[in-house]
Amino acid sequence: MSEPPSYAQAEAGATFPQLLLAHAASRPDAPAIREKTLGIWQTLSWKALKEEVEAVAAGLAADGFQRGEHLALVGENRPRLYIAMMAAQALGGIPVALYQDAIAREMVYVFEDAGIRAAVVENQEQVDKMLEIAAACPALQHIYFDDPRGLRNYGQAGLRSYDDLVALGRSWLKGHPGFLETEVALGQPDDAAAMFYTSGTTGNPKGVVHTHRALMTPSLAASRLEGLTSDEDILAYLPMAWIGQNIFSYTQWLLCGFTVNCPESAETVANDMREIGPTYYFAPPRVLEQLLTQVTIRMEDASRPVRWLYSRSMAVARRVGEKILNGDSDVSGLDRLRYRLGDWLIYGPLRNVLGMSRVHVAYTAGEAIGPDLFVFFRSIGINLKQLYGSTETAVFVCIQPNGQVRPDTVGPALAGVELKLTDAGEVLIRSPGLLREYHRNPEATREVKDGEGWYHTGDAGFLDPDGHLKIIDRAKDVGKLADGSLFAPKYVENKLKFFPYIKEAVAFGTGRDRVMAMLNIDMEAVSDWAERRNLAFAGYTDLAGKAEVLELMRECVASVNADLADEPMMSSSQIHRFLVLHKELDADDEELTRTRKVRRRHIGEKYAALVDALYGGLAEQFIETRVRFEDGRVGSVSATLKMLDAPVRAVTGKPGGTVAGQQAAAKQGAGKQGAGKTVAGA
Amino acid sequence: MTGREGQDVSAGPAAAGAGAGAAAGAAAGGAAGVVTGAGVGAGEGAATASRRIGEVILAVENISLSFGGVKALTDISFNVREHEIRSIIGPNGAGKSSMLNVINGVYTPQKGRIVLEGKTFAKMHPRSVAKAGVARTFQNLALFKGMSVLDNIMSGRNLKMRSGLLAQAIRLGPAEKEELAHREVVERIIDFLEIQAWRKTPVGRLPYGLQKRVDLGRALALEPKVLLLDEPMAGMNVEEKQDMSRFILDVNDEFGTTIVLIEHDMGVVMDISDRVVVLDYGRKIGDGSPDEVRSNEDVIAAYLGTTH
Repeated sequence: MSEPPSYAQAEAGATFPQLLLAHAASRPDAPAIREKTLGIWQTLSWKALKEEVEAVAAGLAADGFQRGEHLALVGENRPRLYIAMMAAQALGGIPVALYQDAIAREMVYVFEDAGIRAAVVENQEQVDKMLEIAAACPALQHIYFDDPRGLRNYGQAGLRSYDDLVALGRSWLKGHPGFLETEVALGQPDDAAAMFYTSGTTGNPKGVVHTHRALMTPSLAASRLEGLTSDEDILAYLPMAWIGQNIFSYTQWLLCGFTVNCPESAETVANDMREIGPTYYFAPPRVLEQLLTQVTIRMEDASRPVRWLYSRSMAVARRVGEKILNGDSDVSGLDRLRYRLGDWLIYGPLRNVLGMSRVHVAYTAGEAIGPDLFVFFRSIGINLKQLYGSTETAVFVCIQPNGQVRPDTVGPALAGVELKLTDAGEVLIRSPGLLREYHRNPEATREVKDGEGWYHTGDAGFLDPDGHLKIIDRAKDVGKLADGSLFAPKYVENKLKFFPYIKEAVAFGTGRDRVMAMLNIDMEAVSDWAERRNLAFAGYTDLAGKAEVLELMRECVASVNADLADEPMMSSSQIHRFLVLHKELDADDEELTRTRKVRRRHIGEKYAALVDALYGGLAEQFIETRVRFEDGRVGSVSATLKMLDAPVRAVTGKPGGTVAGQQAAAKQGAGKQGAGKTVAGA
Repeated sequence: MTGREGQDVSAGPAAAGAGAGAAAGAAAGGAAGVVTGAGVGAGEGAATASRRIGEVILAVENISLSFGGVKALTDISFNVREHEIRSIIGPNGAGKSSMLNVINGVYTPQKGRIVLEGKTFAKMHPRSVAKAGVARTFQNLALFKGMSVLDNIMSGRNLKMRSGLLAQAIRLGPAEKEELAHREVVERIIDFLEIQAWRKTPVGRLPYGLQKRVDLGRALALEPKVLLLDEPMAGMNVEEKQDMSRFILDVNDEFGTTIVLIEHDMGVVMDISDRVVVLDYGRKIGDGSPDEVRSNEDVIAAYLGTTH
C-alpha cells in the first residue's frame, strides 16, 4: 500500500506549515480546499493555498504578530480562517478557535487567559463581539474580518478586512523575500501548535495546549489504520473550536493532503454533502439522529407500496446488513441476494440522499450512540464506527477496527496508546497525543497528568474480554444511592435519549433513596407524532404538557426501567418518578455545555423546586424560568408541571432491594409492562 | 448622517455592542433609545460614512387621485433624496398604497406631476418606470409560486435581457454568456439575502417570511436606483421583522439604493427611516424626521384619536 510521503515526514517530526510547503512543492495543482460561493464550488490548489498563507503570515507579521503569540479565530468553517490558522503556525504562533455562537461575555475569559492581541473573524456579527470584548480586554489590538458586509461604516482603529491584510502582506513580502520558508524552518515539532478550550461543565474553561507532534502522532496511526489517502474528500461542518473538527479537517488534511470542503452555510450542509459526496465522514450521534429522524418522517409520508418496500428491505438489512459489512461468512446465498436487491432499490438510493454514497470510513463519538441508530447506518452499508478520545488526548485513543465493530464498546486501544484502569474503574491513558499542559494552569495539569505520564480521563469504564473499552459514565458522576448501590446517571439518561421522542434527560439519585428524571421532548419527533393523532398544540411548552405526550413519556420510561431491571449492576437505578420540563434545555441558559452535554448539577440547583417536588411526592409544581434569547434579550417561561410515577420492576441484583421499589412494582403490576414499547428480554 | 447611523458608526465598543441594534432595536421599538439622534443631513459623525444623502431624486408634486367620488389622494407633495430611506405611514385607508401605485404608474393621477431624476411626468408607465430604475415589492406578494427561488429572482432580470426569445431558448453562444452574467448577479443577491439553502426550492413551499425575502430579491435583481417597498414586514414575527429591517438597511448601505417604504409597524419605521411622510384620509398631515413626526400633534391625533 502506498502511503502519502507526508506520513514519513510527519513521523520524522514536522510542523503543520512544513507539511503545507511539502504538499505545495510535490503536488502544486492538486485541490486543497473548496468553498461554495455564489452557488459554485471554488477550488484552491495547494500552491495557491501556500501563496495565500504566505501573504496572510506576512500581513500578520507586518502588524507585529510575535512568535509564541495566540491568534483567535471565530467563525464558521471558512477557508480563510483555516489559512489564518496556518499563517499563525507558520509564524510560530498558536491559533485558538472559539465557538462562533458563544456570546461576547463568555469569550472574554478566553481572550484574557490567552492574552490575545489579534483575532481573525468571519463577519459583522463576530466583529461586534470583538469590539465588545476589546472594551474588557485592552490587549486586543487587531481584528481582521473575512466578510465586509455591513462593516463599511465601522471606523475603529485596528479593524482591517482580510483582503487588506493580504494586500498588506503582499507589499510587505517585497521587502522580505523567502519570508515564509525562513519562518517555517524555525518551527519545531515540539512547539505548541494549537490551543483548545474545553467546554468545562464546572468552572472556567481550560486551555489545552497541544504540540505539532502530539496532534499528528495519533492521527497518523488512525490514518494508517483506515488507509486514508490524498484522494479523500471531507466536509468541514462542525465547529472549528472543537478539537475533532481540527483533527479531521486540519491535522489529517495536512497529514494526508486530501481535500477539505467548506459548506456554503450552516443551512445548506445536507445539500452540500450530497454534492460533494465525502469519502471520510464524522458525525456526532445527535447529527446521525437528526438524519434518521428525517428519513423516518419522510418514509411515513411516502405512498403505501414504497413504505412496504422500505420496511421489507430494512428488515433484511437489520438481519444481515451488519454481518455482510463485517465480512461474516454465515450469511446464506439467498439473504445475500435479498440484500443485493435491497441495496439496488433502497439502501443505495438512501445513502445517496444522505450524501454518503462514497463514504468508506465514518466515525461517531462525543456521546453514547443508541444501538438502533448505530445499527441502522451500518446495516445500509455505511462503515460507521465508534471512537474514543477527548480534547486532552488529541482525539484518537480507541478506534473500532474494520470487522470488530460493536454498538456498545468503543474499540481497542490505537497503536501507540496504552490503557489502564484504576480500582475505582477510571480509565487512564498514556499516549504521544496527550496534552502538553493546561495553559497557565500547572495545578490543573498535575491533577490530570501524573508523574508517570498517565492521563486521568475522568471516565469510568471497563475492558471486555476482547480488549474493547466500554465507557459507562464520567467517573465523578458515578455515585451511589442511599442504600449503597451504584448509580451512573449518564447511563440512565442515554437509555432514555435513545428514544426518538426524548431529546434530553437528566437523572438525579446520588445520595437519595430513589432515582428521578427530568425530560425534554424532541420537538420534531413529538410534534409529528402529535400531528398524526390530530393533537392540536401551541408551541413547545404546550405540547410538553399534554396528557397524551406525558403518557408517551411514561411508556418510554417504563421500557427503560424494564431494561435496567435486567442488568444486575443497574437495576436500582430504575426511574421512580419523572417530569417533562416546560422549556428546552439550552446552552444560552447555561443548562447545556456548548457541545450539548447536560450540566446536571447546575440544572439540579436551578430547578431545585422541581427536584424537591419529585422527591416530596407532590402531584404538580409551578415553575417560572428566565430564558435568554439569541439576540440577548431576556424573557421568562412559566408552567405548572405534572409529576408522574413510572412503573418500576422488582430489583433483581440485590435480594433486599428498596422497599419503595417493591411496593411500586407490586402496585403497578405486570400488565403495565405489556404497554411498554420495547421490553428487552433477559 | 442620520441618527441610526450614529448608532452604527460611532467609535467605541459601547456603540458596537448595540451593533446588532440596528436590527434588534428596530423590532424592539422604543427600546433603542440611542436612535433619537440628529435629523437628516446633519453631516457630522464619528466616522466617514460612505452613504451620503444626495439631491432630490424623486418628487411628487400636488398629486390628486380619485376613483369616481372617492378621493384617494388630495394635493400630496413630497420628495425623496438620493440614498435615503423615506417612509410613508398612515392608518388603514390613508392612501399609502395608492401613492406607491401612482409613483409606479399603476394609477394615473387626475392632477399633479412626478419628477424622476429631473424629468417631469404627468403620468408614469409601469414599464418605463422600471426602465428608469424604480423597482417595487408587493404587499400581497406576486411571485411565481411554482417556480424556484432562483427562477423567480431571475425573472427580475427580464428588463436587462438583450438576447431574443429564440436565442435564449436554444442557448445560442451570446445568449448563454448573457445568462451566465445574469446568473451571477442573481447569485450575489441570493448570497446577500442568505437564501442559499432554498435556491432550488419552489417558492410556494417556503414560509411567508422567506417569500417576502424572495420578493425583495426579485426587486433587487433590477439593480434599482429607487426601491419601493409595500409593507415588507406585514404578517411577520419579531425575528423575521428584525431580519427584514437588517436587509433593508444593508441594501441601502451596500448598494446606495434609495428606499421608499410603506410600513404599518411604527417601531420599525421610526428606527430605520431618515424621513417620514404621514398620510391620513388622502391628505399629508406630517413630513419630517422620525422625531419631528413623533411629536406632531396631527399625527398623534390621527393614530390615537382626539377628544372633541
